[in-house]
Amino acid sequence: MASEEPLFDPSLKKKKKKKQVAFSEDPLGADADPTTPAPAEITNGDVDMGPATVHEQMKQKNGDSMGNDIELEEPKMKEEDDFKAMFGDLKKKKKKKEIPMDLPEDGSGASTPVTSKADAPAASEDLDFSELKKKKKSSKKKVDLEAFEKELGESNAKEGVEDDGDHLEDIDEAELGDDPFARGGDAPTGTDTGSEPWLGSDRDYTYPELLHRFYNQLHAVNPSLLNSSGKRYTIAPPSIHREGNKKTIFANVTDICKRMRRPPEHVIQYLFSEMGTTGSVDGAGRLVIKGRFQQKQVENVLRRYIVEYVTCKTCKSPDTLLTKENRIFFTSCESCGSRRSVSTIKSGFQAQVGRRSKNKTG
Amino acid sequence: MSVQNLVSQDDPFQDEGDLLGDDEDVGSQSNYIHIRIQQRNGRKTLTILEGLSKDYNLKKILKVFKKNFACNGTLVEHEEFGEIIQLQGDHRQKIASFLIEEGIPKATIKVHGF
Repeated sequence: MASEEPLFDPSLKKKKKKKQVAFSEDPLGADADPTTPAPAEITNGDVDMGPATVHEQMKQKNGDSMGNDIELEEPKMKEEDDFKAMFGDLKKKKKKKEIPMDLPEDGSGASTPVTSKADAPAASEDLDFSELKKKKKSSKKKVDLEAFEKELGESNAKEGVEDDGDHLEDIDEAELGDDPFARGGDAPTGTDTGSEPWLGSDRDYTYPELLHRFYNQLHAVNPSLLNSSGKRYTIAPPSIHREGNKKTIFANVTDICKRMRRPPEHVIQYLFSEMGTTGSVDGAGRLVIKGRFQQKQVENVLRRYIVEYVTCKTCKSPDTLLTKENRIFFTSCESCGSRRSVSTIKSGFQAQVGRRSKNKTG
Repeated sequence: MSVQNLVSQDDPFQDEGDLLGDDEDVGSQSNYIHIRIQQRNGRKTLTILEGLSKDYNLKKILKVFKKNFACNGTLVEHEEFGEIIQLQGDHRQKIASFLIEEGIPKATIKVHGF
């Protein structure tokens, strides 16, 4: 990125914006309907969706959609490169990586980070995106400072013409200003509000225009909305070993349960019912599962558990608590306060497998 | 006239009552169709399809399954879960796509397993 800085100098603001979009892919996916894939594409297109509008506004302003496309692609490529670097020669895994970046299939924040779990064992025990993020952020900051100063000059020049509201906004942002790219991205929109397209003419404003305006102001006042994607939800990958021929050991259940803040019994019950087997917890706190399972399979089940019982359906945050009241489980979200009941775990019908004489109880 | 109209329907809740009566598992989060998998010895598996509405003729469905998926299968009667189709081998995705093709809403189908 840094090498290309001078190249993009005139459109610095825009570039920043783009990065932001690439970054906030996760919440975008969360906002979107779970069935609609590829938030990045949506952002690029003309669909009127949340944060996309600001971006669109920029696009309109700058008037070259081609440049936008390329730039949007770029950080993504960069990210992929980073992944490649991270995982070195794990080509296959890298491929898997790309999927969540492009389209979080079930649109939940949880599903993407868990994918990272798959890749983590080779690279490190506990993969975090923080490192990657930090790197990007710093480069962004550099870019930002320049842009920021430029914008400051602009807005100062404009301020005399514009009303006080924008001025206030600027101050607000400066105060909040712990987030560099939010600040940079929103400043232009703040100055933009004075020059809405319908102001010059007699015509009525259209719905999309008003929508743009709404989102611009929304993000101008609450810069944090765009960047809530910051933390990602990561869990150590399940460590799966085979014991003998027919049993599988899931060594770090307790670890994972602690991470998800769920009672191990609940998780184990879910695992068993989903996988259609039984098992037990051994002395060392490891889970012994009957049957052969690969790490990927267990991970899939865990992922589904997270989607169903851990992430908040409203805000996609994993900070939820599971409580039991009158034999019904409730999850209450700690970040948005929503509360909902979750379905009980039912194992359903189990077919007769193995010798009947073994199963005879009476 | 209007009085006649009112009288003609002696029990306004008749229909609903029937609906509830039909449903064998009211109250439990039921109307899902579950497709599960169960491991047998070696790499053999069983696919279990439960929760299909009784309006369908399971016997015929089983026949189609067996033919299309080239596997054996059986109908199992269970007091709690009703009639269950049990197939040899992992046919979860195939069953799901079959059901969706036949017009069963996707949201009601739950595929379990790994």
